[in-house]
Amino acid sequence: MSPTSAPALELSRIGKAFGAVIALTNGTLELHSGSIHALVGENGAGKSTLVKIIAGLYQRDSGDFLLEGESVDFTSTAQSKAAGIAVIYQEPTLFPDLSVTENIFMGRQPTRALGVIDRKAMRDEVVGLFTRLGVSIDPDRPTLGLSIADQQLIEIAKAISLDAKVLVMDEPTAALSGVEVERLFAVARSLRDEGRALLFISHRFDEVFDLCDTVTVMRDGAYIDTSPIAETNVDEIVRRMVGRDVTALFPKEDAVIGEDVLVVRGLNEPGVFHDIDFTVRSGEIVGLAGLVGAGRSEIARAIFGVDSYSSGSVTLNGKAIPKRNPTAAMAAGIALVPEDRRKQGLVLETTIAGNATLAIRNRLARFGLLFRSAENAAAREWASRLEVKAASLDVEAGTLSGGNQQKVVLAKWLATNPSLLIIDEPTRGIDVGTKAEVHRLLSQLAGEGLGILMISSELPEVLGMADRVLVVREGRITADIPRAEATAESVMHAATHDVEATR
Amino acid sequence: MAEPRTYKDYSRPLWRRVLLTREMAVIAALVLVWIWAYTQVPYFAAPITLTYLLLDIAPILLMALPMTLIIITGEIDLSVASVVGLSSVLLGTLHQGGMPIELAAIIAIVVGALAGALNGFLITVVGLPSLAVTIGSLALYRGLAVGLLGTTAVTDFTAAWKDFAKSKLFGTPIPTIILIFVILAVAFAVLLHFTPFGRGVYAIGLSPEAARFSGVNVERTKFILFVLSGAVAALAGIYFTLRFGSARGDNATGMELGVIAAVLLGGVSIFGGRGGLHGVIAAVILIGALSSALRLASVTSDVINIITGALLIASVVSTSVLAWVRRKRIRPGGRKTGSLAAAKG
Amino acid sequence: MTTLTPTSETLGQRVLHGLGGFAKARETGILLALVVVVVAATARNPGFVFSADGFRDLLLTPSILLLVAVGQAIVIITRNVDLSVGSTVGLTAYLTGRLFIDVPDIPVPLVFLAGILLGGFLGLVNGALVAFAKVPALVITLGTLYAYRGINVLWAGSDRINASDMPKEFLGLGTAQILYIPVLTLIAVFVLVVAGWYLRTQRGGRELYAIGSDPAAAHLYGLKVTQRVLTAFILCGALAGLAGVLFVARYGTVNSQVGSGYELTAVGAAVIGGVAIFGGSGTVWGAAIGAYLLFTINRALPILGVQDFWQRAVVGVLIISAIVLDRVLAVRSTRKLVEARDN
Repeated sequence: MSPTSAPALELSRIGKAFGAVIALTNGTLELHSGSIHALVGENGAGKSTLVKIIAGLYQRDSGDFLLEGESVDFTSTAQSKAAGIAVIYQEPTLFPDLSVTENIFMGRQPTRALGVIDRKAMRDEVVGLFTRLGVSIDPDRPTLGLSIADQQLIEIAKAISLDAKVLVMDEPTAALSGVEVERLFAVARSLRDEGRALLFISHRFDEVFDLCDTVTVMRDGAYIDTSPIAETNVDEIVRRMVGRDVTALFPKEDAVIGEDVLVVRGLNEPGVFHDIDFTVRSGEIVGLAGLVGAGRSEIARAIFGVDSYSSGSVTLNGKAIPKRNPTAAMAAGIALVPEDRRKQGLVLETTIAGNATLAIRNRLARFGLLFRSAENAAAREWASRLEVKAASLDVEAGTLSGGNQQKVVLAKWLATNPSLLIIDEPTRGIDVGTKAEVHRLLSQLAGEGLGILMISSELPEVLGMADRVLVVREGRITADIPRAEATAESVMHAATHDVEATR
Repeated sequence: MAEPRTYKDYSRPLWRRVLLTREMAVIAALVLVWIWAYTQVPYFAAPITLTYLLLDIAPILLMALPMTLIIITGEIDLSVASVVGLSSVLLGTLHQGGMPIELAAIIAIVVGALAGALNGFLITVVGLPSLAVTIGSLALYRGLAVGLLGTTAVTDFTAAWKDFAKSKLFGTPIPTIILIFVILAVAFAVLLHFTPFGRGVYAIGLSPEAARFSGVNVERTKFILFVLSGAVAALAGIYFTLRFGSARGDNATGMELGVIAAVLLGGVSIFGGRGGLHGVIAAVILIGALSSALRLASVTSDVINIITGALLIASVVSTSVLAWVRRKRIRPGGRKTGSLAAAKG
Repeated sequence: MTTLTPTSETLGQRVLHGLGGFAKARETGILLALVVVVVAATARNPGFVFSADGFRDLLLTPSILLLVAVGQAIVIITRNVDLSVGSTVGLTAYLTGRLFIDVPDIPVPLVFLAGILLGGFLGLVNGALVAFAKVPALVITLGTLYAYRGINVLWAGSDRINASDMPKEFLGLGTAQILYIPVLTLIAVFVLVVAGWYLRTQRGGRELYAIGSDPAAAHLYGLKVTQRVLTAFILCGALAGLAGVLFVARYGTVNSQVGSGYELTAVGAAVIGGVAIFGGSGTVWGAAIGAYLLFTINRALPILGVQDFWQRAVVGVLIISAIVLDRVLAVRSTRKLVEARDN
């Protein structure tokens, strides 16, 4: 797309700090109409801060923000919306009790005399919008129960009805299935063809290369580079993102693989997963790969007991594990480091010591009584072993960086002395340095005899760490690939096609 | 890293951790009010004033113990005063029917526990919000109480038991019931602050999901708390009945609000996850002392309602204001410097 | 571009019509229950309806509670609650009595205005504390419940205002009828219709639902949350104030305990009427029918052979049944909605 006179949106040398934490030193971006522009960078690179400034949630400390050549300064999201900017987040915020139509028009419903809302006009416009987008959602239904994909489309419909000139999509595909991603991309392309400017933020390079025409890289709060997609490749981009060559980030050492630790047979939960059969042995790292939404986290939660399953069995070291009973699973030796660190892995407002000892609180008690000194001693041992970066044990977990938070969660679970560690997205949202530490740790634990079931959406991580890769697609295991034969192609193929399950 | 990392236990010195808390503010207020009343209000210093004060607040003290834990988990129990009435009526009708008081009391406590269990079942198994459920059970239990006795009252309790309810510990002005309260208070304090169960209670209040993923049995914990709440309310009902010598269906009507007001005034956050028993106990005594002092100072006793209401509002608003001030100083969303100066880099 | 595929649309519409039907069915359901109760009681004792007292108690007395329930419903829809309404009713009732006694020949409409304004002001205090201090309404209105009642008692002392102190024309309002329908009932129904219309057709009304459905989303949408919440509380207070004035018109006697307990009955009426306790759904119509149902059941119980001492127990069972029913239906409808989109 040849650039028109002025870019639709231009940010230059934006600075933003939160107290002592500097989030952005040089945020720069040039978005043109009729273009889908990718913004990539590691977690902590400053992308989400930039998006929040564009959206009007934050105000910049310094730098220029131009919309179609005019300088703007938004103090609220309503202002940025009025100026024609729409942001679609990973988790859309809609009103569950209200209808799709009302959601799209809330706050600006068309009215007739006496201020009475014109419901027919609203509905007609929504039907028109949906036809244009090729979407088939019932405009009268409440948004409660709609899939994330549908909710995102409703957000896009809202943006179009507001005639947004700039659409920002922040990691939109994280929760979508393959078909839904295709549908979203078709919509994005048609919006681009209408002359709007789209900003696409994602970690998934295949999508970036599929959809976008330009890519901007950020690192450590600063702008690094922009180039047309056609003139670059993944390796170059990664190098710019990371600032160094990405080699040997996943050092899985050989370990002695012993007896079966976890045996799962015939696990079934209608609508979620079917006929799940696999084993994890001591010293083994089994990778569970697949697209987001395939059902991997659900399987893990069912094994651990947070979710239920309708039939099948789970055995640990020969002992049957009852369903729906995390306490029993923990007592038997299963540990689960969950997917959502902030909501499921940690109690953010509790201290490091409190979090690290939550799972072993019964074990630490003497005659039923539990004292701070015992908790601190246990927490200290594990925090130092994992090298959590904090000054004291009573720091609130919510103030730690992503990497340190993950270390606290790991500390909590390793303190239970498990035989099986299930870890769901071990390095999501963590800086590269800590990533390597976590991988080294997992490798070491396997070497000490722990069985590890690792769920990951990052192909390089799976390929680098796993002794065996189980691929899940739509609730079924479609492949069981040993390390030697595991490649990006074979895994992705199994993740996206119906393949005869290999045993 | 060659050197193992070391960690301090605490980031702030002991005095800051202990003194700069909501609970300390309430305790300080209590001390100030007490000093004022002791020196300025006639007859407040008399031992008998202390006795009546404690006799009066005893039911609220008792019910505030489990209520504190319930509110820390993020729930609420509005039905406690109705259980007081129900247990009072049961005590009266069973005793009137010839049952010895001891047995009637035990049955009343069991029924109180069952009432709490019904609340607990609806909240943890059916998954209903506690505000709505306990509004319903408040009406149901009070209704059962009034239904059983109608407008009559049972008053023929033996003098021995009535005197016991009002009796005092050897030579001190402190009523015996307070001893029972102290035992329960210690038990609840240990439960909340020094057991794994108590850690679970706080975790549930701060993040029920994370608690569940850490092996805390959220449903069972809440269920137990509601059963305890019902049982303790029934105990308070027995005391209330014997102290006044009268079992009536409408005993203690409205008392639930006094309990909740005291718990919130005592520093427990309505959002859950924060607070402790020491602040709550101080708050109950504070309100009781104010009430007593004002009465002795010939101020109309209804002023105490205004003061309780104002205190409650002031205490929660001040927490909110403090948080807002703290946020404004950091101002994550707003601009850090005064104007958009040319970029420094 | 694919066109709207018929299958999922009709299935979705079917589910929605089922749901929409269900939502309307709630109001219809309790209306039906009300009719059943009235019919059953009248069958046993025709005087239940067909007598001067009977008709009055059927239509007139509950209309006072109706106003309070409607106001409470508006607040609950925004995911708040107002526990101070009972104290507000008491204060405005006393104000009404005092005005008539202390200001001879005061025009009746002025007294109405005074009551509504006082109620609105008391609601404003609640709303300001909730909207600006961001403290949960449960706590704030718990405090004002105490404070307002205390002010009421302080002001009234042990005074009791009697019917004989009230001007005849005012008390006449309490008994006047137009086409056999009590004037007070007409006032209450008029208010109900206006409130229902506002909540259904006006932007402000729909935004109240949005705020209750997801407060965080409401902020992100740029809705004027503070303003709307403040309005909801002012309306609730004003309606309680009006109820206080009507109370005096109906009963004539006022003491410092007027209105005690109204708040919980109002919440109960709203819940029974289908207003979700966490906001976002329900109608004032449902709350109104709920108020009538509660009152009428209480009256019907003795006629149907149940001692009226069991009234509160019945109310409690009704409230619990209503929320259990809501929960069961919500779980089922969520499942249906999720299944509908999977197809």
